Amino acid sequence: MRLSDRARDLPESGIREFFELAEARDDVISLGVGEPDFSAPWAARTAAIDSLERGKTSYTANRGMAALRERVAAHHERYDQSYDPAEEVLVTTGASEAVDLAFRALVDPGDTVAVHEPTYISYGPGIELAGGERLTVPTRAADDFALTREALEASGAADADLLVCCYPNNPTGATMSDEEYAEVAAFCRENDLRVVADEIYAALTYGVDHASIATQPGMRERTVVVNGFSKAYAMTGLRLGYALGPTEAIDAMNRIHQYTMLSAPTTPQYAACEALDRCDDEVAEMVDEYNRRRRLVVSRFNEMGLDTFEPGGAFYAFPDCGGDDEAFAEELLESQGVAVVPGSVFGAGGEGHLRVSYATSMRELKEATDRIATFVENR
Amino acid sequence: MDAEREVLDVLARNAREDIDDIAAQTGLDAAAVADAIDALEADNVVHGYQAVVDWDRVDEGKIRAVVEINVELDRETGYEEVADRIAKFPAVDALHLVSGDYDFAVEVLGETMQDVSRFISEQVAPMPEVTQTVTHYIMETYKDGGVRFEDGDDDDRLSVSP
Repeated sequence: MRLSDRARDLPESGIREFFELAEARDDVISLGVGEPDFSAPWAARTAAIDSLERGKTSYTANRGMAALRERVAAHHERYDQSYDPAEEVLVTTGASEAVDLAFRALVDPGDTVAVHEPTYISYGPGIELAGGERLTVPTRAADDFALTREALEASGAADADLLVCCYPNNPTGATMSDEEYAEVAAFCRENDLRVVADEIYAALTYGVDHASIATQPGMRERTVVVNGFSKAYAMTGLRLGYALGPTEAIDAMNRIHQYTMLSAPTTPQYAACEALDRCDDEVAEMVDEYNRRRRLVVSRFNEMGLDTFEPGGAFYAFPDCGGDDEAFAEELLESQGVAVVPGSVFGAGGEGHLRVSYATSMRELKEATDRIATFVENR
Repeated sequence: MDAEREVLDVLARNAREDIDDIAAQTGLDAAAVADAIDALEADNVVHGYQAVVDWDRVDEGKIRAVVEINVELDRETGYEEVADRIAKFPAVDALHLVSGDYDFAVEVLGETMQDVSRFISEQVAPMPEVTQTVTHYIMETYKDGGVRFEDGDDDDRLSVSP
């Protein structure tokens, strides 16, 4: 069948190749997984089951259940973000849909969208599907992969129309502070850049508070914040996210959403209400466990001579492997049966690094890091 | 969180973690971890370290029972004194004073059901303060010490994902 040029030109993600290499073996310890190793809190799962038993299988409002939007808005007060649940919240099928809707609502054909890299792999294709052109803004290991005004200026982002921000960051685990955002926000105001801020890892920070660019002066009206339940509540497969933003942006996103998705799936919305009502303690326990693993992993990589900065969020460490990251990852998989993802998969600035997910049990992390240490010694 | 609490959180999950690994997980140095463990033990916060055992999977395993005990106290005898006497029996694995319909909840471990019944009828029931016992044999254990008893890992996530 003849395909659209758009579809034909869309590249396979680099992570797919690595997935196939890892899947071909059955003895692999994988540090390549981008989702929690926990299950969703039981209370949230029972709320989903209960909703099914009560026959709650219809569509919800396009924007999502009012009860959920109210809880989402209340939940975000903890990040000093204030949104009207009636007009400024849109519940989506995963944060992925929210990102896609934001691009479609905010990008005109030919618009330039600045994306700091290394970062999550879906933004580039999403921008291109919306007709935009991606402008890469490399972040640097020397800055612990934070986004800086210098990086924006050097890459020509002053002429861009939109900026995509993803902190806490996948794949680096980097976070941004209010002070660091202040200079990025100033750059956005001066150059009239709007922002899509993917904050899906906001709940997973360690020793630092989550900061949002949307809370900087003059930024709320030019920013769409994306978040969801996948990472904080270990609900990846339930596909539930949301967008927060000024009314005109959320209205526009909802117009697209009502034709393409109608509403986010109903069952997860019940689970999410329960998660927001009752599962703070379980999230805190998961965060404590990730934090212990994070410290162990970072100290082990530094001990074996692979420089690793202290990541403040998400569940990734981003060690410097001192050379060709793809060769390193392939040889490591081949000789030791440990899967990590080459940093270059995540774009410019990721080369020479490895994404190591610590969303894996402590026992496996110890075994995997022992094997990596052996690999590094023999290499 | 203070150092002792951080170390305690690690030990409560896995008491076999060695000091270097606890240090790595908490960000403390090894000496501080050792000091924290010493303090936790000295203050009787940590009384010991045990494996979480599924006795049903052990040949010649053990029988476990939860025994409700009601007691009658008098001026000379309080719960402490009765507890002290019950706790001295090695068959008593755990002993709690509880609220509700009875006074003590006792976990008893024995080689056979007869061992446990004999222990209750010959050693516990005759104590002058004990007015009633009800023995519940544990038929199946699904979770103990916070650990779910089941086979292997059921990690069905994709091995590599974005």
